[in-house]
Amino acid sequence: MKTFAALLFACCTALLPAHALQITDDRGVSVSFAQSPQRIVSVLPSLTEGVCALDQCQRLVGVDRYSNYPASVRSLPVVGGGIDPNIEAIVALKPDVVLLAVSSRASERLEALGIKVLALEPKNHADVRRVLKKLGALLDIPDAVGADRLWRIIDASVEAAAQSLSPKAKNTRVYFEVSRGPYAAGESSFIGETLRRLGVKNIIPAALGPFPRINPEFVVRANPDLIMVGNRSMQAMAAYPGWSSIKAVKEQRICVYGVDESDVVVRPGPRMAEAARIMAKCIADKAG
Amino acid sequence: MSLTYLHPHRKAFWLAIGLAGVSAVLLLLGVSVGSTGFDSVLDMQRDPQALLIVLDIRLPRTLGAWLAGALLGLAGAVAQGLFRNPLADPYLLGSASGASLGVALAMALFGISPLATHWLARLGLTGAAFVGAVLAVLLTLLLAKGVQHTLRLLLAGVVVGVVLGAITSLVLLLQPEIMQAMQSFMLGSTGFVGWTACAIMAAVFAAAMLAAWMMSHALDGLALGEATAQSLGLPLPQMRAALVAVLALATGTAVAQTGLIAFVGLAAPHLVRSVVKTTHGRLIGLASLMGAVLLTAADILARGLVAPQELPVGVLTAVLGGTYLLWLMHRNTGRGSGL
Repeated sequence: MKTFAALLFACCTALLPAHALQITDDRGVSVSFAQSPQRIVSVLPSLTEGVCALDQCQRLVGVDRYSNYPASVRSLPVVGGGIDPNIEAIVALKPDVVLLAVSSRASERLEALGIKVLALEPKNHADVRRVLKKLGALLDIPDAVGADRLWRIIDASVEAAAQSLSPKAKNTRVYFEVSRGPYAAGESSFIGETLRRLGVKNIIPAALGPFPRINPEFVVRANPDLIMVGNRSMQAMAAYPGWSSIKAVKEQRICVYGVDESDVVVRPGPRMAEAARIMAKCIADKAG
Repeated sequence: MSLTYLHPHRKAFWLAIGLAGVSAVLLLLGVSVGSTGFDSVLDMQRDPQALLIVLDIRLPRTLGAWLAGALLGLAGAVAQGLFRNPLADPYLLGSASGASLGVALAMALFGISPLATHWLARLGLTGAAFVGAVLAVLLTLLLAKGVQHTLRLLLAGVVVGVVLGAITSLVLLLQPEIMQAMQSFMLGSTGFVGWTACAIMAAVFAAAMLAAWMMSHALDGLALGEATAQSLGLPLPQMRAALVAVLALATGTAVAQTGLIAFVGLAAPHLVRSVVKTTHGRLIGLASLMGAVLLTAADILARGLVAPQELPVGVLTAVLGGTYLLWLMHRNTGRGSGL
């Protein structure tokens, strides 16, 4: 697949005039640009962060209301949210391209209005790298100084966070609750991948899927050493019946991530190294 | 079916015995089904963890499902009698949308300011849902200017439901991270029910049952039409107000503890009526038992089908209750008598 994309890229660059770009997005749609877009609207926070991580923040002319990092994007015009974007506001910004999630309903409408749309949806570690490469191609930044370099830094930082943990801390068995339900982060989720890179054990096996809704009993039986809670929907306050016997609850080994930390930890974007550091700190503090 | 030829009172009696028997079986089954199967029950003597799972998680949960189902069945029977409408369900006065808004606001505001966090931590999600449900019913009563006009009450309930539902959607859209938790509330779950919740539901159920049973002759009178009920010399206004209170309290308690469980309140009285035509005094009791059996069965399936994962119990109540009701209607039409 990668070689095919590379071939396609090579062949297209040969055929089209200089600086013309052709990018296949996550829907499988091939979008061509006469030149690298200068006015970009992003309605997915992780894509906003990706553009800025490639040092092209100045090309953003509008973002969705959940894009809050880096701080400079907060002064940009807001064009609604990812699931309820304001089409008119987007069109009024005259963007060269709109970056959005595959699940967004806005793509068809925007394309019908003659606006180029690139649907990218990072969901795991490999996706983060792939999306960075796509964004690098879109922004016309050579991989060597852009996406590849950035990925090396991210990867090394995640590795450093993992190295910082003591062998004892690595034996920790972790339960990560994403939402009240309880919905857990499984091994195959973005959060689960970060936990695996850190070397700790996730009590939710990959077979259950990325964010399974599990029976609270399952957690009691698995008896995790450490509980991480990923947003502020009150899980920490409203305990489940019978959980008082869990080791992590008895010994108060629970990390509740605040709003800002939560954004970093759950968002599959270029800040995943910071996410790894935040989780590693929790593990070292509570179980080290 | 020999049951068809029995006297209605005898039939109601046998139905009650049957439902109680099924309840007992379901309670035993509920204790043995969970993230793992019977081994927790078998290991209870030796393994303290297994004992805890059975005593503090499965038992209150199963009992809680039974009680929540009973409350909804009771509320459904009262609502259908009070509004003289077979389509009435316990959520009709806006309590469901009020409870959802309460939960959504609590989750959205939690952590934003220290003061809000302090109060919400004391109130809890259960408290927020209950307060929301009660306030929504009060708002409905205010808009309907009391309980005297059935049609106005129904309309006010629908309007309050729609408006509060829209506000809930708005809160969710502004705080998308609470959406998943909210969805689990909307589809209902018995996973949060502990012994305290069981005690609260049992107390409310006992009180609501007693009150509804004492006023059941008002419902019987209403079934003959408002004018007839009036002419029977019943203190209709007071009884209506009291029945609305019973309805709101029973629904609010069930919703606060288990979330919005669909269909139990609507289907339970119908399922009872499809077997036996009886007075409201008996119907209320039988509908409670039927609701309890329906919800407990659905909860056991929700836990067991994809263990250790869980299905939303509200989906199963709709599938189970709906299918059975349709089958009953089909069978009755086939025999030439309508439902």
